[in-house]
Amino acid sequence: MSKVDQSGAATDALVGGERRRRVRARRGVPLPLLVPGVLALAFLVLPLVALLVRAPWHGLPEQLTSAEVWQALQLSLLSATAATAVCLVLGVPLAWLLARTRFPGRGFVRALVTLPLVLPPVVGGVALLLALGRNGVIGKWLDAWFGITLPFTTTGVVVAEAFVAMPFLVISVEGTLRAADPRFEEAATTLGASRFTAFRRVTLPLIAPGIAAGAVLAWARALGEFGATITFAGNFPGRTQTMPLAVYLALQNDPEAAIALSLVLLAVSIAVLAGLRDRWLTTS
Amino acid sequence: MTRSARRTRRMLQVAGAGVAALLALSACSSSDDSSDASPKSDKSASSPASPKLSGTVTVFAAASLKESFTTLGKEFEKQHPGTKVSFNFGGSDTLAASITGGAPADVFAAASPKTMAIVTDKQDAVGTPVTFVRNQLEIATLPGNPHKVASLKDLTKSGLKVVLCDKTVPCGAAAQKALEASKLKLTPASYEEDVKSALNKVVLKEADGAVVYKTDVKAAGDKVEGVEFPESAKAINDYPITVLKDAPNAEAAKAFIALVESAEGRQVLTQAGFLKP
Repeated sequence: MSKVDQSGAATDALVGGERRRRVRARRGVPLPLLVPGVLALAFLVLPLVALLVRAPWHGLPEQLTSAEVWQALQLSLLSATAATAVCLVLGVPLAWLLARTRFPGRGFVRALVTLPLVLPPVVGGVALLLALGRNGVIGKWLDAWFGITLPFTTTGVVVAEAFVAMPFLVISVEGTLRAADPRFEEAATTLGASRFTAFRRVTLPLIAPGIAAGAVLAWARALGEFGATITFAGNFPGRTQTMPLAVYLALQNDPEAAIALSLVLLAVSIAVLAGLRDRWLTTS
Repeated sequence: MTRSARRTRRMLQVAGAGVAALLALSACSSSDDSSDASPKSDKSASSPASPKLSGTVTVFAAASLKESFTTLGKEFEKQHPGTKVSFNFGGSDTLAASITGGAPADVFAAASPKTMAIVTDKQDAVGTPVTFVRNQLEIATLPGNPHKVASLKDLTKSGLKVVLCDKTVPCGAAAQKALEASKLKLTPASYEEDVKSALNKVVLKEADGAVVYKTDVKAAGDKVEGVEFPESAKAINDYPITVLKDAPNAEAAKAFIALVESAEGRQVLTQAGFLKP
């Protein structure tokens, strides 16, 4: 083995493709990559392990059977799913516009789309209040004309979650669209399909895995949303108190309950990721 | 011809994506910068102990103390050149949790004995905490009081959006006590995580009313209108203050508490609407 190692590039150049691949896999991993890589893994996994170590396993059944926990979990799952649906309905067309059309200032628009990604979620919540709140720029008219007020409602939770989650979907779908071969669509249109038909019948099936991966990302982000939700939708058990809010407030006076709630969220997230792993999340 | 045109278009698109990524990255790094710059500088904190006070005093204080303590902090820095007072304002329960969790703080000023007890129970305080002020609840309504709220009972009217502090926070516990004392049932639109966010819901006109402290109504100026209610007398909060056991700068912490308890400190606090202990 070491002989192969030492012979290096010369053998590499000489041996065939199959052989070369085997040699490359056998070679040692360079330390400057291995050490930080393992550190990064430990950094990501250790806090979760600590959560498991410190979990109040004895009192867990009682903690988890309380009505408030199920209420919060139900609300979280419901609102995250609804937010993902909103992201899909509005986000996929936006991704298509960004990937397949040209208009002045497209780069700027794309930067705007990614803004909620880098914005602190609390700022997003304040911005939503100023826009869609009862006294907000648009919310004022929603209230006056339709009697709709979003803050302090479950719909408000969905709005806040969709706001933070949408960029994940748009970026993911746009990336897939760019990677997809536009010639299929062009072929369809030359054969007489309208551009929308081509999108529906050709593009959509082509980028389905990308859309699904984006939806999973958006769903996960929505499930964990805290800052924008508590700022925009407030905190009321059963109506706007999602799991992250329940965890945060439980942490104040009952840390054990907070750990128990965190475990539930962790379990749900792992279950979803594991369930979808093979289908959508493998690196393409 | 067409193929090469398409290729250049592709390249432009890729370049566009790169620009977007760069934009996102730069936005990311700039926000990092600002967060790096804000925390207190450790240089001053680690300077060797001298008879004169120096370094940073870190004060964890209830959200309702924000205005008066900020004023007192500036006064302290003026009286003791070379010192710096760094504040962490928040819900007393949050602060207590982070102190017992090992946050490096010198002084803790809570809005209720109950939240202070979280810290003293863990033997994280030095000596017995002293009550330095008391605070009474008041209803905050929209400017001009358009819903004619005159009592705590008026807040239970249907159609009114009222926010309370969460029961884990002192102002929420006190509001609950006042409601129970007057046998009222109030279903709020939201249980806010601290008194300032409850107040802000009224300031932003998202809620029609909130039960907050007198001091918060005063601090908000003409953005809200205060309505006193007699039941609040049954739910007055004592504010305890203490030096913490693991205080990195205990000397300066004691001096800060002395300033809070001095005649001068009293004056700032009563001006803000606090009651004498």
